[in-house]
Amino acid sequence: MKLVIAIIKPFKLDEVREALTAIGVAGMTVTEVKGFGRQKGQTEIYRGAEYSTNMVPKVKVEVVCASDLAPRIVEAIGQSANTGAIGDGKIFVLDVGQAVRIRTGETDTTAL
Amino acid sequence: MTKPIKIIGLAALGASVAAALPAFAQDAALQSPPAAAAAAAAATVNKGDTAWMMTSTILVLMMILPGLALFYGGLTRAKNMLSTMTQIGAVASLAMLIWVMYGYSLAFGPDVSGGASNFIAGLDKAFLAGVTPASQAATFTAGVEIPEYVFICFQMTFAAITAALVLGSVVERMKFSAVMAFTAVWLTIVYFPIAHMVWAASGLFFKAGALDFAGGTVVHINAGVSALVASLILGKRMGYPTTPMPPHSLTLTGVGTGLLWVGWFGFNAGSALEANGTAGLAMINTFVATASGALFWMLAERARGHKGSALGFCSGIIAGLVAVTPAAGNSGPFGAIVLGAVASVVCFFAVSVLKPRLGYDDALDAFGVHGIGGMVGAIGTGIVYAPSLGGPGAADYDMGAKLLVQVGAVLATVVWAAIGTAVAMYVAKALTGLRVSPEVEQEGLDLGEHGERAYN
Repeated sequence: MKLVIAIIKPFKLDEVREALTAIGVAGMTVTEVKGFGRQKGQTEIYRGAEYSTNMVPKVKVEVVCASDLAPRIVEAIGQSANTGAIGDGKIFVLDVGQAVRIRTGETDTTAL
Repeated sequence: MTKPIKIIGLAALGASVAAALPAFAQDAALQSPPAAAAAAAAATVNKGDTAWMMTSTILVLMMILPGLALFYGGLTRAKNMLSTMTQIGAVASLAMLIWVMYGYSLAFGPDVSGGASNFIAGLDKAFLAGVTPASQAATFTAGVEIPEYVFICFQMTFAAITAALVLGSVVERMKFSAVMAFTAVWLTIVYFPIAHMVWAASGLFFKAGALDFAGGTVVHINAGVSALVASLILGKRMGYPTTPMPPHSLTLTGVGTGLLWVGWFGFNAGSALEANGTAGLAMINTFVATASGALFWMLAERARGHKGSALGFCSGIIAGLVAVTPAAGNSGPFGAIVLGAVASVVCFFAVSVLKPRLGYDDALDAFGVHGIGGMVGAIGTGIVYAPSLGGPGAADYDMGAKLLVQVGAVLATVVWAAIGTAVAMYVAKALTGLRVSPEVEQEGLDLGEHGERAYN
């Protein structure tokens, strides 16, 4: 099993969810996060007081899947979240050791 | 029938009086025995005037709660939202009670003997002694009066909002108890005397012929300068100016701004004390000067290379309203537009350039907008009053002489407010300690002072 973590632009979330649903992903976890990479933050000005925020709001999408599905998920996110501009985000794929569905006790891919 | 009351309330040179009877406002002829006797004999209370003044009074209350509470509250950090709103409401409430106990009498009560009547009235009307539903207060038109209870309430809201405005510089760090103690002293030694000097017939500035239609000196310069002095004595917020302290909700600030603008029609047009053409003039000026102020603040931002901002729009509205307050019935509409624009640009530079350089922590810019805007308005009123500029002044209007009077009233107000505020702050410090502990300031005054959070 793999854990796919994608950090994307918040307004791209709906498109990513639709793309993942279309290839059979049945669930995901979404978190509002802040961070920075090459895209620096913006400057806010309130009555002349300037605050440069170096953290940019992003959305983190996490999907656990069977190992063979991971490349397709990465591809689907890579296409649907792409705008071509700096700040589109990143995708990470990690190995997952175990999964359990709490209600039934099912494990691993049957629990996904 | 009651005795004639020697007040003519607001607007030293109310336009209608000044235009028709220019001599009257100069030397308080309205209180000379023949004029007063004539007024008493023929004085009538008009239901239309009364209804308008009751409406205006409630509009000014709306400026405080929820208008100013939301405007100021949105500008603070979320952890101090309730503290800011509660301080404003509590201070306004305290001002109302003090007003009926002795404030009204000190500002508008019977004259004391000797030179002191230039500065303060007596305590003969303390606890509203002698006031009944049949008591009447004069307006600017001979023979037209309004019920004294209505006049008392109208003026009460002015005392309440002025005390609340001062808090703009000291929020997020001053104890609730200190705020209350400060207000009680400040009203007594600063607000009541200045209100008397400007608006009562025996007051110093009134007799000098100072133009202040709805309270540019009494309310805005007074509150602004007091706010500056209070913030200097109190000290900066922890972390200012290195820690970011952005407004927590410009949405609520925008809502508050709208309520303030609407309520300000009661403040300005109500200051005519009648439902008449002068009130109409004050009304149109309160529209156009404000609109002008809103847009010119945003233009100033663009000129400095910034984006035109929502907070700039709101700030410009307040700057325009402040500037047009003394000019409301003392200017033509186009003079008011220029006044709103000038005040807005000057206030923009005061808060975004001057304040950072001087380094004081006027948290919500009570001085930068009300103090500076009030001064621009008070002095500018002496200019836009001229008939050649569309103002309601008489044909022989002497602008130079009037400007001297205006500047003198401004300077006297600044000095009086500064000294009185220093006294009130040190009294509050002796009684309460003035400032919350660093721990409370860190976690927010909502929890530390009131045991609540604004948002759960």
